[in-house]
Amino acid sequence: MNYNWDWGILFRDPYAGWILEGLWWTIVISLLAWVIAFTLGSILGVFRTTSSPILRAIGTCYVELFRNIPILVQLFLWYFVFPEILPDDWGRWVKRDMPAPAMTTAIVALGLYTASRVCEQVRSGIEAVGVGQRQAGRAIGMTEPQVYRHILLPNAYRIIIPPLTSEFLTIFKQSSLALTIGVVELTAMTRQIEEYTFQGFEAFTAATIVYSLVTFTVMFLMRFVDKRTALPGTFASGGA
Amino acid sequence: MDLDFSVIPANSELLVEGMKMTFLLTALAIVGGMILGTFLALLRIAKVPVLAQIAAAYVNFFRSLPLILVIFWLFFLVPLIMGRPVGAFSSVLVAFILFEAAYYSEIIRAGINSVSTGQLAAARAIGMTYWQSMTNVVLPQAFRAMTPILLTQAIILFQDTSLVYVVGLRDFLVSAEIVANRDQRLVEMFLFVAVVYFVLCFTASLGVKQLQRKFAND
Repeated sequence: MNYNWDWGILFRDPYAGWILEGLWWTIVISLLAWVIAFTLGSILGVFRTTSSPILRAIGTCYVELFRNIPILVQLFLWYFVFPEILPDDWGRWVKRDMPAPAMTTAIVALGLYTASRVCEQVRSGIEAVGVGQRQAGRAIGMTEPQVYRHILLPNAYRIIIPPLTSEFLTIFKQSSLALTIGVVELTAMTRQIEEYTFQGFEAFTAATIVYSLVTFTVMFLMRFVDKRTALPGTFASGGA
Repeated sequence: MDLDFSVIPANSELLVEGMKMTFLLTALAIVGGMILGTFLALLRIAKVPVLAQIAAAYVNFFRSLPLILVIFWLFFLVPLIMGRPVGAFSSVLVAFILFEAAYYSEIIRAGINSVSTGQLAAARAIGMTYWQSMTNVVLPQAFRAMTPILLTQAIILFQDTSLVYVVGLRDFLVSAEIVANRDQRLVEMFLFVAVVYFVLCFTASLGVKQLQRKFAND
């Protein structure tokens, strides 16, 4: 293997700044996409478990549609196809006048895709709480929305913290897909450093360390949250 | 907007070639990923000193990285290690095998853990060695139990191979994109790609569900 090492490159201008800037955009995309995914995913998760057949069907169709098309293809659909099928003025706005078109598209695409996955987690959480709780709520005179608001959802979220953490980390990793439509996030930045300096080893190592560090930090924090919020009397609370 | 879907049959040969590449990559990555994944899972189950810890670190490490970064890594590393330029295909295949092995390993480990320990004890009692019991008695049962999850993972992998786009390997998506740009038919081509992926993945997932029901009834 013939290679000129230069680890100093990671700490020199402008490359150190590039990596930090890339990380910043990765975090921005991940967090904003997560807001969409969590909100919409929760609503759809409720839809899939309600007594209304229409709402259940909407939830099911959404999940099947978004889960069976590769996320990269979805990203291209939103970026290249969606503005074309809109009326001309709107299409122009989405393509050009909207703030940061590529970044916004990436956030929306990732958010809508992950919503289908969050939906399934919320659904399984609600199902895990059990029909008994639902019936008990109805028996004491709560309406169905009240049962969700006060009984099912608070319990379900506490059960599904570990899978929701994984879903967030999946968004965090998949935010790298934004580079395919020209968003310069962390992975794109390190690729750019490789192309400018030919120090691919150092550049990719930097990205690898940053991704791993963030992942392990989030996992560590969420394990703590999971312990603190564990439902009493379940295995998650220590089996007590 | 005028749509012209005749661009699809006009380029069917190129698209079929692309789909063949997608299937080839998926198949080889599944086989390679499962072999390496089984090996990693066995090291952890058998608690082989040091190697079990390395296998655990390997799994956690790869699961913390974006697939695109792993593809870039291998695209850069494989020619460097080989000392000569290699095609995108070999680099990408290595990337997928290394990456998928981490996910398969976790599925297989859960599958092995679902087999009763009595099976291992019984196999040992009739004189099999530990590894004989594992490969002849425990693994076949584990694989049966986890077939639905393995197939679901295969569908995910099939979708993930579209990421070879970042190094320009001519899979289904890249072939369609080449046609889309050349003939200025982006809307038609990307819609077509989405429909094809959807039909294939949705049908496959229905099959998996059916299999799950069959297993549950057995």
